[in-house]
Amino acid sequence: MSKSYVVGIDGSEGSIRTAQYALAQADKAGASLKVIHVLEWSPYSFLTPEELEERHKRRQEELERAKTAVIGPMLEKLGSDSAEGEVRYGQIAEVISNYCDEIGADQAFVGRHGGGGLTSRLFGSVPGILVQISNIPVTVVP
Amino acid sequence: MRKLSKIFISILTLVASFSAFASIEETLTSFVEPWAGPFVSFIFAPLYGSEAIFGTGFPWIVMWLVIAATIFTFYFGFIQFRGFKHSIELVRGDYFDPKDAGQVTPFQALCTALSGTVGLGNIAGVGVAVAIGGPGATFWMILAGLMGMASKFTECILGVHYRNEYADGHVSGGPMYYLSKGLAERGMGGLGRALAVLFAIACIGGSLGGGNAFQANQSAQQIGSLIPFFGENPAIFGMIMAVLVFIVIVGGIKSIAKVTDKIVPFMAVVYITSALIIILMNIGSVGAAFGAIFEGAFTGPGVVGGAIGALIQGFKRAAFSNEAGVGSAAIAHSAVQTKHPATEGYVALLEPFIDTVVICTMTSLVITITGSWVPVGEEGHLAGIALTSKAFESQWSGFGPVLAVAAVLFAFSTMIAWSYYGIKAWTYLFGENAVGQLIFKLIFCAVVVIGASIPLGIVIDLSDAMIFAMAVFNIAGVYLLMPKVKELLHDYQGRLAAGEFPKVK
Repeated sequence: MSKSYVVGIDGSEGSIRTAQYALAQADKAGASLKVIHVLEWSPYSFLTPEELEERHKRRQEELERAKTAVIGPMLEKLGSDSAEGEVRYGQIAEVISNYCDEIGADQAFVGRHGGGGLTSRLFGSVPGILVQISNIPVTVVP
Repeated sequence: MRKLSKIFISILTLVASFSAFASIEETLTSFVEPWAGPFVSFIFAPLYGSEAIFGTGFPWIVMWLVIAATIFTFYFGFIQFRGFKHSIELVRGDYFDPKDAGQVTPFQALCTALSGTVGLGNIAGVGVAVAIGGPGATFWMILAGLMGMASKFTECILGVHYRNEYADGHVSGGPMYYLSKGLAERGMGGLGRALAVLFAIACIGGSLGGGNAFQANQSAQQIGSLIPFFGENPAIFGMIMAVLVFIVIVGGIKSIAKVTDKIVPFMAVVYITSALIIILMNIGSVGAAFGAIFEGAFTGPGVVGGAIGALIQGFKRAAFSNEAGVGSAAIAHSAVQTKHPATEGYVALLEPFIDTVVICTMTSLVITITGSWVPVGEEGHLAGIALTSKAFESQWSGFGPVLAVAAVLFAFSTMIAWSYYGIKAWTYLFGENAVGQLIFKLIFCAVVVIGASIPLGIVIDLSDAMIFAMAVFNIAGVYLLMPKVKELLHDYQGRLAAGEFPKVK
């Protein structure tokens, strides 16, 4: 079975670099590359009745935008046939880890976010959490 | 948007400057009184002969709600107990397909609906019930809460089943839609349409009154007692509230809503934990408190009307607080995307449980345990939020301000929820156009200022009556639609048993 690598992106400068690095590694190993973009979402956040009503519509819009504005341009930039896109909802690190398990990925790549704000100090950053919870090797690209 | 805000602020200033004059109150009263008075006395009229039998008037509307809840309870075979476990599993996300991530979860639907009902009723309303009805009122309140679960179950399933879904993905649902569409299916289109229109009118009244003016008025008093400046200038407080409401409902939520989102559940947790701690601190008195509650429920010492007086107060406050049978929750729940209408019924039946059986009971336990209740007419008798505040203060001095802030935040989230109910009733009557909705939202904001700045008297009575009028039209129709709910329930149970909705956890 051929290897598969997963790279988590958010469309930022840094994540382009990360994806390009991941693609280079995948090519070297003859692995396929899955480009995943996670929309931050919590099943417990509080919604007003109006948000409740709009949620279904918004979700479709968000998925559409993620595909056309984040995943699409990224795949175009990578210009590789072996790279495929995926959009999911949830807690970013958790979703990436679960997705890797789901498809039996061999390695995950994420960018090291520039910011080091208070929340990431307290609750950990995406790469920080991913490194802790992942069942496969994780490469954090600076 | 900016231009809109400017216009809005100038309208507010106008309203506020007007309300500085007492004349607006007179104008309102003279406009409303001739027709509102009879309407209010009709809604709250005591049952014929109840005064002679019980020594105190028993409002027929309370009986109407309790009988409905009892009938639904029996008709659905005690669904609130048999389905309770399934409700918890649904809310916990046991059946939530990960592929649907990004949709509204059952937990979120529950919280949103609760934000409309958990509020002053749980703090001030219980204070009123126990003050007048004694500790025994708690027993009847719990009973009414348990029965009310079946009412919510029934109306929320109908709400989802008969909602309107539009091409652009937005949804409108609630009693207006199930009354008109559901009864038309049964060959009673004319009656359905009439009930739906009457319900929608009552709902707009309830939205502007009990869901807005009353909340603004009570929170202005709370804040006024805390900050003397606002006590002297309630209109200014009203304007601040109105601007915040405006930002949320007209300005498209985001910033302010995000703040309240964090604070309201937080305050709910603070309130419940504080009550729990007080109960634990006095764990030795809990047995005696329950004794007083049971004894009071059946004998009613020190209560006008004895046990019946306690019962009336308990039933009335439970109905005020959890709104089961009123039809409001059906509006909120019908907006949720779900695989089967019945799931919303299961989720909704937890609302009266949390609102009344848990939160209201905690309030009254704190009042009873701390011995804060003094019968009417004796020295030290307090009622409403003052009683609740005294009970908490007796354990923790300085809790009063926390309670006041909690009350205001609860009032705010209740207002946001009711503005939505009002809009849905409005669009049912006047069509789904943006201008019409904006007009309603602006009226809603103006009413915040009016509600905060003047003692409303008759208008408050009218708005309470309007909320209960919703229940009159809603329940009348729901009786006729009960068989449909049973059909949907059986369909759901069958498909659930067949493994069509698999457990994911």
